[in-house]
Amino acid sequence: MQQNDNVEPLLDIRGLTTAFARQSGGGGAAGVARAVDTVSLRVRQGETLAVVGESGCGKTVLALSVLGLIPDPPGRVIEGSALYRGRDLLAMSETELQGVRGAHIGMIFQEPMTSLNPVFRVGEQIAEGYRLHKKASRAEAAERAVEMLAQVGIPNPAARAQSYPHELSGGMRQRVMIAMALVCGPDLLFADEPTTALDVTIQAQILDLMRTLQQEKGSGILLITHDLGVVAENARRVAVMYAGQVVEEADVADLYAAPAHPYTQGLLASVPRLGEKRVLAPIPGMVPGIFNLPEGCRFRPRCAHAFDRCESAPPLFAVPSSGATRTARCWLCEKDAEARL
Amino acid sequence: MSALLQLFDVARHYHVSGGVLGLARGVARAVDGVSLTIEPGESLGLVGESGCGKSTLARCVLGLEPLAAGRIEFQGRDIRDWPEKDLRRQMQMIFQDPYSSLNPRMRVGTIVAEPLVIHGMGDGAQRKAKTQELLRLVGLPEEMAGRYPHQLSGGQRQRVAVARALAVNPALVVCDEPVSALDVSIQAQVLLLLQDLRERLGLTYLFISHDLAVVGQVCERIAVMYLGRVVEAAPAQELIARPMHPYTRALLSAVPVPVVPVPVVPGPAGEGRGQRRRQQLKGEPPSPLAPPSGCPFHPRCPNIMDRCAKEFPPSFDIAPEPGAPSTALHFAHCWLHAPKE
Repeated sequence: MQQNDNVEPLLDIRGLTTAFARQSGGGGAAGVARAVDTVSLRVRQGETLAVVGESGCGKTVLALSVLGLIPDPPGRVIEGSALYRGRDLLAMSETELQGVRGAHIGMIFQEPMTSLNPVFRVGEQIAEGYRLHKKASRAEAAERAVEMLAQVGIPNPAARAQSYPHELSGGMRQRVMIAMALVCGPDLLFADEPTTALDVTIQAQILDLMRTLQQEKGSGILLITHDLGVVAENARRVAVMYAGQVVEEADVADLYAAPAHPYTQGLLASVPRLGEKRVLAPIPGMVPGIFNLPEGCRFRPRCAHAFDRCESAPPLFAVPSSGATRTARCWLCEKDAEARL
Repeated sequence: MSALLQLFDVARHYHVSGGVLGLARGVARAVDGVSLTIEPGESLGLVGESGCGKSTLARCVLGLEPLAAGRIEFQGRDIRDWPEKDLRRQMQMIFQDPYSSLNPRMRVGTIVAEPLVIHGMGDGAQRKAKTQELLRLVGLPEEMAGRYPHQLSGGQRQRVAVARALAVNPALVVCDEPVSALDVSIQAQVLLLLQDLRERLGLTYLFISHDLAVVGQVCERIAVMYLGRVVEAAPAQELIARPMHPYTRALLSAVPVPVVPVPVVPGPAGEGRGQRRRQQLKGEPPSPLAPPSGCPFHPRCPNIMDRCAKEFPPSFDIAPEPGAPSTALHFAHCWLHAPKE
C-alpha cells in the first residue's frame, strides 16, 4: 500500500475552502461561513475514497466545489486547488470545465427522480452527453445509450431507452443515472449518496454494479455517504468530515479497527449493528451551524475528552498506522504523532 | 397473559383505476392475510422494503383503513367495536418526518398539550404541569414549550413528537420509521430515548422500519413483510442469527455492516456459509397490482420449487436450534420448512 501513495493521484484536492455569504435578517447577522475549510484529499486510480459525515458537514459542497457547480452568489471557492491529472479544475473557465465534466469526470447524485429530466426519454438523456463530448451522430449516440443500459443491467435495454423516468422504479432510475455518468467513459466518478434513496437489496445491486464497473475500468471514485456500513464495504480510504473540516483520514481497515478522533469514535458507537445488541453511546448535543462555529476545535462542545488545549484549533496530526498515511485533527493525537503536518 | 393486539388474516386492498379515461381497473393487495400478535410490554418490529405494506398495516391497526378481510382485536375487542375516541387515546403514533408532523404555527407546549385538550384531561394548570413533565421525560428543557418547531433541530422535533404521543398514556405506540430522517448521532439519541421510555413506562411498540439493524436494537420480535404478506417472524436475535425464509436471508445479507473486515453472513451450515452477498437478489419486487401466483417471492427466490408458484405456503413452525431453549414462536411462510412426510 505504501507504494500506492507515490502513484500520482487522479484527483488532488489541496487546501480547498468554500465560503458562503449570508445576508442579515431572518434571525441572524450577516456573515461569511466556511462550509468547506482547507480540505486536502486525494483520489487514486482504481481506488474509492469515501467522504463520510452528517448533514451539513460540507461533504456535498466539497464535491460541488471541485466540479465548479457552487452557485455564486452566495457561495465561492476562495482558496485552494483541485488538480485533475495535474490540471487545476478551479482555474478553468466554464467552457473548459464543460469539456471535463461528463467526459472525464462522471457524476451520480442522490435523487434520481429530480436529477433526470421528466420530459425526455431516458435513452435521449444518456445519449445527450455522448453527442456533445464525442461529437457523435444521433444514431451513434442512441446506439451507445442502449449499450450503456445493457451494461448497467437493465433488462430489455432497447425498449427501456424509450421510457420516461416516471415509468421506471427507483433502482432502475439510479441505473440510468449511472449509465449517464459512464457514457463517455470517465476515469473519475463522483457519487453523492448514490444509494441513499434505495432499498437495501437494490442498494446492494447498485453498489455491486459500481464495484464491477470500477474493476473493469480502473476508475477512481469519490463516494460521498453518511452510511458507515456502505463505507466499510466499498471504500479503501475514508475521510471523516465535521463542520467543514476533515477530522480524520485513514485506510478503512485502520479507521474501523481503532478510530482516532473522538467524533469518529462517537459515530461508530452510535450505529446499531446487525446481530449485535449493544448499548448505543450517542454523541451528546448536535452539529453546530456553520455560521456560529465554536472557537478552537469545532467538536469541543460535544467531546467527552475536551481539555484546555482544545480551545485552540488542532492541526492534522499524523497517526501511526498499518502502513498507509493516516491523520487526525485532535490534540489527543499529538503525543503519538510522528510529525505535525 | 392475554395479547394486547391480535391480527387475524388482515387484508387491505386498494381499487386502482388507470389507463385512458380511468377505465382499466385493478386491485392492489397492499396487505394480504397477515396474522400477528403483540403482547403487552413487547416491542414488535415490522421490517420490509418500500411498498411491502408495512405502513398500510400500521394504518389498519390504528383503524384508519377499512379491512378487506380479517379482523383486528385490541385488548380482546374488535377495533371496529371500540368508540373511536377511546381507541385514539389507547393508540398513539410517531411519524417519520418531524418536519411535517408538527404544526408549524403552534408552539411546542401547545402541540404537546393538544391530545390532553382533545381528550378532556385535566384543567389548564394540570395540563401545563403535565406538559412540562412530558418535556422533561423526553429530555427537553422546559423553556422549549415556548418555541416553534422551526426553532428546533430534527432530533428535538422528534422528541416533541414522542412527548405528544405519550401525553395521553397510550397502551400502544405505533412508530413509523421514527429515526429514518435523522443523522446517525441524533438517531442514536432518539433510539436510546425510545428504549429508555419503554423500560420506564412499560410501553408497547409496533415499530416499523426498513433498517434491520435499528429494529434489532429496539425490538424483541421481528416480522418481515414482502409484497403485503408477513413471510417470517421470530424473536429478534433469532431472526438475525437464524433466518429461515429465503427473502429474510437475502435482506440480511444485503445490509452493509460498519465493520472491517466485513463479517460473514450467518446462514445454515452447508449453504455457502462464509460468503458475503450470498444471496444477491435479482430484479425488483413485483407490483402489488399483479402479485405472482403462489408465494409472492417465488420469481426471485434462489430456492424455488414446483410448489411455490401454485400455492401460498401456510405458516410453518421453525424448531429451535438443538440445545437452545424453546422460547417464543419462530415461523416462516415457506415450503422449504414444510414438515417432512
